[in-house]
Amino acid sequence: MPDNSNRSLIDGSLLMVEAAAQAGVDSFVGYPITPANLLYLYSSKRFPLVLPATDEITTLQWMSGLSASGRIPMTATSYPGLALMLESIGMAFMMELPMLIILAQRLGPATGSATCNAQGDLLLLRGINSGGYPIPVFCASDLEGCWIMAAKAAATAQTLRTPVVLLTSKEMAMTLRDWDLSSLPPLAKGAVKAFNASKDFLPYAAAPFGAPSLDRAVPGVPDFLPLGNEKARVRLTASTHDEKGDLQHASPAALANTARLYDKIVLNLPLYTEYRHMDRKADTLVIAFDVTAEAAWDAAEMLEGEGKLIDLLVPGTLFPVPPVYLEIASRYRRVIVAEENHDGQYRKILFGEAGRQGVSGVNAVGKMVSPLDILKEAVR
Amino acid sequence: MSAQFLATDSLPFCKGCGHSLVAKGIGQALDAIQGLSPRDVIVVTDIGCIGIIDKEFATHTIHGLHGRSIALASGIRLGLENPGKKIIVLLGDGGATIGMQHLLDAAHRNLDLKVIVHNNMLYGMTGGQPSSLTPCGYKTSIMPEGKADAGIDLVALVAAAGAPMAMRTIASAAMSAQIGDLLAAEGFAFLEVLELCTSHGVKLNPGKSVAAIAKEAGLELKILRNPHASPATILTEVRPSLLEKISPIAREWQRGLPWTQKADRSPSNTARRISIVLAGSAGEGVQTSAEILAQAAMSCGLHVSKKGSYPVTVGIGFSMAEVIISEAPIRYTGAGSPDVLLICSEDGLEKVKGLLNAKGRGMVYLDATLEPAFRRFLGHASDASLQIRAYREIAGAKSALLAAVSHYLRREGELPLEAFEASIRRHMGEKTNLDAIMKDFEA
Ligand code: SF4
Repeated sequence: MPDNSNRSLIDGSLLMVEAAAQAGVDSFVGYPITPANLLYLYSSKRFPLVLPATDEITTLQWMSGLSASGRIPMTATSYPGLALMLESIGMAFMMELPMLIILAQRLGPATGSATCNAQGDLLLLRGINSGGYPIPVFCASDLEGCWIMAAKAAATAQTLRTPVVLLTSKEMAMTLRDWDLSSLPPLAKGAVKAFNASKDFLPYAAAPFGAPSLDRAVPGVPDFLPLGNEKARVRLTASTHDEKGDLQHASPAALANTARLYDKIVLNLPLYTEYRHMDRKADTLVIAFDVTAEAAWDAAEMLEGEGKLIDLLVPGTLFPVPPVYLEIASRYRRVIVAEENHDGQYRKILFGEAGRQGVSGVNAVGKMVSPLDILKEAVR
Repeated sequence: MSAQFLATDSLPFCKGCGHSLVAKGIGQALDAIQGLSPRDVIVVTDIGCIGIIDKEFATHTIHGLHGRSIALASGIRLGLENPGKKIIVLLGDGGATIGMQHLLDAAHRNLDLKVIVHNNMLYGMTGGQPSSLTPCGYKTSIMPEGKADAGIDLVALVAAAGAPMAMRTIASAAMSAQIGDLLAAEGFAFLEVLELCTSHGVKLNPGKSVAAIAKEAGLELKILRNPHASPATILTEVRPSLLEKISPIAREWQRGLPWTQKADRSPSNTARRISIVLAGSAGEGVQTSAEILAQAAMSCGLHVSKKGSYPVTVGIGFSMAEVIISEAPIRYTGAGSPDVLLICSEDGLEKVKGLLNAKGRGMVYLDATLEPAFRRFLGHASDASLQIRAYREIAGAKSALLAAVSHYLRREGELPLEAFEASIRRHMGEKTNLDAIMKDFEA
């Protein structure tokens, strides 16, 4: 049998870094943390500008400075690092600075076990900003997903001018698998829409929602000029501000600007909603992401061998939660959310603390959720 | 000369606040630079009273978090393509306390930033708490009895970190020349301005002048220079795709016999899959041996996964790798109870003891030196699934696991030995003890 494939032994980290680079990320600020080590290593061999920072707060501040001067920075971290970055992520969100943060999850709480897999950072990511203003969070659920979602995350950061998180985990980022590189689709480069000099520049003025835009601006996203440019003064601030970037207490103009930040992420959700739905009209739906989605695919295949069908929903866009997920889930008598954490974080985010009839979880801590775990719950 | 850079008629500070004097000094010093336009200047402000000045500057401005302004400014400097742009960072003694590492780091790297710390010896905006720069005895609202320990001499510290220029002065209406010197300096330059917070400092410390406080605290008005500080280098380099560096593994060999015999399959469509654990010690090539095995399987058209586990101290203790070989593409990479265990060091044996006891445990290939320890643990009953050979003695510590793999492959026939040999060569070139590794351990 002739074999024209380009099969290599590869890990998810390499695909994520390469895809981010192809989608427009041009700099990396690093702080070492397991299990993001490989992401840092590959980044150091790929991006034109690589800066080792002194800590995670510095990392996010440098990234913000890089972004404000026109670059598209990326970092990779795990929960302990993310925790230190939070205030600065809020700052970058407020300043509307594109950047990509790859979060390789590990077992917590606190430093926990650095080399043990987990999927326990969902609640933190959902509530990352004070006030509940979401940022886009993507997740790769197989090696191809590492490629596609990293590019989508990098492109979304640029299109929407916002920090974006690409969620992964130790198992996805560090396990080597054979993969046919020739099967990877070409990637589109993202872009930040630059300011057109024929009008007055207001750093936080954006095209309105619901009206067609003449210059193909994405509604809610201001045009960009870097700090230090010659065309117009740029004024950026992390404090509540109006369109001009002038710091204000809670004036109507400033509050309208803050409301726009919410709308920018939530109303543009159709631009970046990514998911796979294996729809065979079964009566049970399994929702799973990251490496657990792969266990779910295996479970579905095993069950099919035994003559039972289950359907799958694999979210690529985790946050904000695309309404279509709930619409899909509503069509099933039973919904199983499988995830590697103590009490079903994504399940509770989707269905609330009270849950709903027919919704159950498969959870694991300190070990991967296996196909058998999912299978048992599905036939229960 | 008209005031081009700063609108001075609406400065937002309390009457008599030193911040106004500094701001005016900056405005005048910028106005005095020939040919400089407001587009050439980026003012970065910290949190605190100083952080409400952005609006008055005609320059680019950016206002971030408490204590982080120098890190933010560093990022801007690292990202800007035009090195001619001036970056001025304005912060208070509180911000300098919070972000002291950022300050020392920027000074040490000699990033081209002009940093002005407005040291009014307390946090003004939040009601007058002491900072690390508050001098001994200086009274603040939460320490009305006076601060017990001395303030940090920031100028000395910044100079010690390697800043080309670090100076201290007292806020005055005549400080534009000194700020001019700061702005004209090459690379990182630092100015600490001593001043009083009229709202929170003066009332609690009545009758004290800044000069008297400085003298009492031993804070000299001085300029320290490091003439030999080298300019920061920011390296950028276009780098090729990571995919270019990966060598594909061509399918060159037939699968071993067990993969072609269909008889042992379950009737379902489940593909055959085996998991192999390699256990040894750090520094003895455990992870490489696992990759060699995985790539050998790939060269026979099989699918593989490989993961490693080792303690945080990667140079000592156990090292373990898990290889899965499968007919079908591998999604779930968990192994459960392994089909084959290859153990070549005490660290490795200790690590996999739990697996040895597991129900349904597969074959074990054990180095001969470990037999006593193994027997102590599992008893002396004869065991058909146990193979004991002198892998370490024959192939050496670093190749012992490869020898165990070759023994396993010869015995079970999972992959042709040629495929394994070729994989070893691909990784290690010709300089390996191939004969020892490929010795017929069944003979
Ligand atoms: S509170 Fe103190 S530091 Fe703040 S503006 Fe007033 S005098 Fe200046």
